[in-house]
Amino acid sequence: MLYSEKVMDHFQNPRNVGKMDDADGIGEVGNAKCGDIMKMYIKVSNGVITDVKFNTFGCGSAIASSSMATEMIKGKPIDEALQLTNKAVAEALDGLPPHKMHCSVLAEEAVRAAVKDYYDKNGIAYNPEDFRENSCAHCHE
Amino acid sequence: MFVYADHAATTEMSPVAIEKMTDALKTVWGNPSSLHTVGQEAKVVLEKAREEIAAVLGAEPREITFTSGGSESDNQAILSAVALGAAKGKKHIVSTKFEHHAVLHTLQKLEKQGYEVTYLDVHQNGIVAAEDVAAAIRPDTALVTVMFANNEIGTIQPVREIGAVCRQAGVLFHTDAVQAVGHLPINVRDDNIDLLSLSAHKFHGPKGIGVLYARRGVRLSSLIEGGAQERGKRAGTENIPAIVGMAAALTEAAENMEANTAKVTAMREKLIRGLRGIPYAHLNGDRTRRVPGTVNFCFEGIEGESLLLLLDAKGISASSGSACTSGSLDPSHVLLALGLPHEVAHGSLRLSIDETNTDAEVDYMIRSVEEVVSYLRRMSPVWEDLENGKRKHFFAEYESEEK
Repeated sequence: MLYSEKVMDHFQNPRNVGKMDDADGIGEVGNAKCGDIMKMYIKVSNGVITDVKFNTFGCGSAIASSSMATEMIKGKPIDEALQLTNKAVAEALDGLPPHKMHCSVLAEEAVRAAVKDYYDKNGIAYNPEDFRENSCAHCHE
Repeated sequence: MFVYADHAATTEMSPVAIEKMTDALKTVWGNPSSLHTVGQEAKVVLEKAREEIAAVLGAEPREITFTSGGSESDNQAILSAVALGAAKGKKHIVSTKFEHHAVLHTLQKLEKQGYEVTYLDVHQNGIVAAEDVAAAIRPDTALVTVMFANNEIGTIQPVREIGAVCRQAGVLFHTDAVQAVGHLPINVRDDNIDLLSLSAHKFHGPKGIGVLYARRGVRLSSLIEGGAQERGKRAGTENIPAIVGMAAALTEAAENMEANTAKVTAMREKLIRGLRGIPYAHLNGDRTRRVPGTVNFCFEGIEGESLLLLLDAKGISASSGSACTSGSLDPSHVLLALGLPHEVAHGSLRLSIDETNTDAEVDYMIRSVEEVVSYLRRMSPVWEDLENGKRKHFFAEYESEEK
């Protein structure tokens, strides 16, 4: 099989899927040209991500990575959510095929983009260096 | 319900072919190159299979060379024609943008060696114009290679006209007929074909066996050196059971072609009508000039691999030209050659049916694709943008039937 059972589970039964009308931060990363776009919505209260939702256009591993990332940051303080790495997402899914690792990168960046949007909207200062997007670099080589 | 709708990838073996093949495995184990009786009995079986295949194609038995399949035949056909051309100082080849990779990669390799290749446009409907071929031929053209029917979208090329153009210009013409043989009537003489590739497993024969037809007088170069098998053009002891299985499957396919075509075409039409009921769906390739069983659609706002996996979970085996299924970063070169943008080409689905499918399966496929497409659209930010006007639709909401 191409994917682990965990990937298939999160792909077929995605957690936290959907839109959020009253989101405090929204992050959208990826590029339709490359075949995947992730949009992540977060609700923040006292520095804690109390709720999270996602919508994804992409392959099975992109949907599974988004789903897993939302589970990993839900209920966590923002500082902790920002520690989420693509490797951690891939490991939690029992691995991704090598050519699908960029899906987990996209998930990490979607979380960061949502947090950045929350910071921007609330005038919270941050270091822009911490919020760079790289996932689409491969498409534009 | 289990529905196999990936016959363009491979087919289940015909029971008749399995029976003949297993019989050959048990009884025809001699080496046809041996002079003793056991060997010569095998030689008789081998030559009978060659005659059967030649008869279906309208060829002479000596024009049939057995290979390991479509890819090898494509490689050998092109390299042979190029060698013949090089002897006369000809280093130009005419082909199309949407050939199979067995052809494209061979051509790309030749380009690195100093050959020049013209890749013809396949237009929006996925059909090459014979006039374009005529216009592309130069005094130094060694070969024209155009597929008979496209593997992803199923469109049939005007092979006979292209062949006539080549004859008139004195240029060799090769056609990769892997998707056509066993499904469309082909006669190498009437169709003006000099070289033709076919693969047995696309018409219910075994895998790992195919044919390269080379018109008498077209000298093949060998890719595999060794013994004198296949008139010295393809070394290696012949895989007689597979050859017997291929001959049986091809004969059967030819005998049933008319009835199969009628049945499969009717199911395909129903499938096309049904899938066109999904908004912002687009049939890829010409409406009617297509092999009986292949249907290829793009659905806006979704990605093909997730569509495939969810259809598989519903018991439907299909295929997609999305980048994620190809292992590369770009979607199918065939869909891009039709002029589709990347984001639309990612959302493609190929369903390839044959006579073993049923009407009830077609209904189930239409229903399932509808469900899965609308499910994926509900979670797609691209679809959301299309709905709220942030992105522009590429297709009409519903395609007109006459198109």
